[in-house]
Amino acid sequence: MFKPSNHLLNKEIKEKKFKNLLSSITFFLFLPALIIIFWLFVKGHSALSWDFLLMDPIEGMTAGGIFPTIIGTFWLVVISVLVACPMGVIAAIYLSEYAKDNKLTRIIRLAILNLAGVPSIVHALFGLGAFVLFMKMGTSILAASLTLAVMNLPVIITSTLESLKAVPQSYREASWNVGASKLQTIRHIVLPNSLPGILTGVVFSVGRSAGETAAILFTGVAFYLPFLPKSVFDQCMALSMHLFTISTQVVGVPDAFPYATALVLILLILSVNSIAVALRSYFRMKRKW
Amino acid sequence: MNKKIEIKNLTVNYGTKDVIHNLSLDIYQNEVLAIIGPANSGKSSLLRSLNRMMDFHPTAKVSGDIKLDGESIYLDEDSTFLRRRIGMVSPLPVGLPMSIRENVTYAPRMAGCKDQKELDFIMEDCLKKAALWDEVKDRLDGLATKLSGGQQQRLTIARALSHHPEVLCLDEFSIAIDPVTTMKIEAVLHELKKNMTIVMVTNVINQAKRLGDRTAMMLHGSILDLDENEKLFNGVVKDQRTKEYIEGLFG
Amino acid sequence: MEIKVTESAPLAMEWRQKKKEKPVSEKIIEGMIKTGGVSCIVLIAAILFFILKESYPFLVGAFNFKEFFFSEEWYPASVVKIRYGILALLTGTVLVTVISMLIAVPLGLACAFYISEFCSPKVREIYKILIEFLAAIPSVVWGFIAIMMINPTIIQLFDVPIGLNILNASIILALMSLPLIISVGEDALRAVPETYREAAEALGATKWEVATRILLPAAKNGLMAAALLGVGRALGETMAVLMATGHSIQIPNSIFEPGRTLTATIAAELGESPKGGEHYQALFAIGLVLFCLSFVVNLTADYLIRGRRQ
Repeated sequence: MFKPSNHLLNKEIKEKKFKNLLSSITFFLFLPALIIIFWLFVKGHSALSWDFLLMDPIEGMTAGGIFPTIIGTFWLVVISVLVACPMGVIAAIYLSEYAKDNKLTRIIRLAILNLAGVPSIVHALFGLGAFVLFMKMGTSILAASLTLAVMNLPVIITSTLESLKAVPQSYREASWNVGASKLQTIRHIVLPNSLPGILTGVVFSVGRSAGETAAILFTGVAFYLPFLPKSVFDQCMALSMHLFTISTQVVGVPDAFPYATALVLILLILSVNSIAVALRSYFRMKRKW
Repeated sequence: MNKKIEIKNLTVNYGTKDVIHNLSLDIYQNEVLAIIGPANSGKSSLLRSLNRMMDFHPTAKVSGDIKLDGESIYLDEDSTFLRRRIGMVSPLPVGLPMSIRENVTYAPRMAGCKDQKELDFIMEDCLKKAALWDEVKDRLDGLATKLSGGQQQRLTIARALSHHPEVLCLDEFSIAIDPVTTMKIEAVLHELKKNMTIVMVTNVINQAKRLGDRTAMMLHGSILDLDENEKLFNGVVKDQRTKEYIEGLFG
Repeated sequence: MEIKVTESAPLAMEWRQKKKEKPVSEKIIEGMIKTGGVSCIVLIAAILFFILKESYPFLVGAFNFKEFFFSEEWYPASVVKIRYGILALLTGTVLVTVISMLIAVPLGLACAFYISEFCSPKVREIYKILIEFLAAIPSVVWGFIAIMMINPTIIQLFDVPIGLNILNASIILALMSLPLIISVGEDALRAVPETYREAAEALGATKWEVATRILLPAAKNGLMAAALLGVGRALGETMAVLMATGHSIQIPNSIFEPGRTLTATIAAELGESPKGGEHYQALFAIGLVLFCLSFVVNLTADYLIRGRRQ
């Protein structure tokens, strides 16, 4: 019979200890995530009601609801996605289908990387200088949305690029071989087959825009507005900003309110992300190759 | 016979070594030119230079002149139209991710053909010529990517024929196809050559013997021998290595 | 469907004779695509431009290099003597970044190892979902958690008077950066070819040995990049640190004291500073410092990911 030596046995024990160590580290790192959502729910669910969602904040935001913030966040997200999406897809198409392996391409990739890494408050400064002041939009939904669009651009480009690259090169070559132009190939073969990935990236960016606070601080969001915005040149309230406001700037807010607001924000983002994940799985099934 | 394609001093380089070096070759109208040779001798690169697919290669450098019907193929900046005149069958079977019907009508549609009757005709015609019609006629709207390798290869041939090229390039088209079907396609090629010029890269010496009018032997990016089949395959060679390759001594 | 194939085919064939020129519409669209491609360069240049533009008067005027970078006295609105020293803020930024990375990088990479090499596929799926969940939490919610949850915990656990301090901000930043570090780290490990592991295991190595002797060196670049991306995230975070570090512009003497970061200062003071005034311009100058810092970090991370391939 083969009996393992002591040395090997020690190795095995060490191995097991190592595995258990890593496993516990991982588990305890993720525990906060679960604790947080649980605790937010416990503390905030008492304030959650249809009234809360549909009413305006009253009495100096110590009562009422968060309706205008939901509307404001909605507009900010929609406009920023509408702007960022076409720009991002076009830039990704350039990088994937037209760009050669040269210095310009490297600079573009570096620019995208840096754009992605710029701190959100610096985006806010840019938005302030460029959109609010220089283009004279004033603090408005438009300025804030454009700032958000610039923030989301690198992420949309990256996810679109991934989807485009997932289309096998052999399809492009087969298409070129029969006399279809590059643009026709993109239009009839590459784009339709990467649309799912693009869509998923866009939906994920919706979640990101909804949670953003710093970038919209000086570009279009207000502390409190007594009425809903009527045009893109008006200011608006936002869910993320509201959480900041009632948890740091206002006194007398009932305990449950900020928790409920945080809960609404998180649930909103999570539902949007779940849609994205579901879309991703659905399209993976329906793939044509 | 007039020259369909004239290649002068073609050199192709992928960044390190020359894959094709100073190659000159004339291809005559309505002939079948077979190109044989061991792996990595530049045969595929030669074909891909003909239809300017090299334009899409990130590191390829092509120099020399290629004329089609007396006119340089580099005259137009855009090579799309050239690839409608030259059909290409690549060695790997590729079914585009769309229905079989859409696959075969893809080329004429991209070229601007909108007449449904014409598209249907082309589809049936080309599928028959590629010896695929009988197998797929009941599922023309099914996904082409679900076909077997051999079927997809025949689909590639059908696609290449669908835009009625003047020159048909075949790069080892029979690799994925069984011998019986190969014979059927070879018969079709024999008919087709009345209306087009065929350039065929093959590793199957007998195929070159059967189909070719002339055969060229390539090695290390140059043409060692180019002559009529009767002469070449009966030992009349310029370079001894051609004879050795034909007899299977290397390759 | 039966198609009648007649002898004389209905072949118009005009489409075969189409013009050789690229149609104008294609030229226009391709022009748009090429423009879109360089748009990112334009944008990043624009960001730099506008920040410079708004901070310019300060930079050529009241800006004093020594005072700005080496004085901890930040009194932009003082009635007595206006001073623009960002040392305290810089220290705050560096402290929370370093401490949060000391927590997040080793733990995050350990996590990445576990998820990539050791756990079963089902458990991996669960953790991946949790990572995406953590990554989706916006920074303002993290800040809220810092105030309501970490704050009292620190006060109780360490018996200190305030819980909004450097430690709080570091913990929150660590939690925020974890998903990024773990996923990029996991990608780096997955990129190591399976053959490496198989060869090592065939020679009798245990998983621990495979991990430390083979995978770590092989994925070194990607893992460092993961760490650097975490640094970038921590450096640039605004809302969470604003809410977590407390309100005191001084160089803290311990991690239990409050502090201020560069990002939080801009967020806190820009609203109150008169537009176009010197304070306002000085804040833009801080933005410039942040821009340069993140530029350097990102460049390094990119260089590491690409390796010395070029």
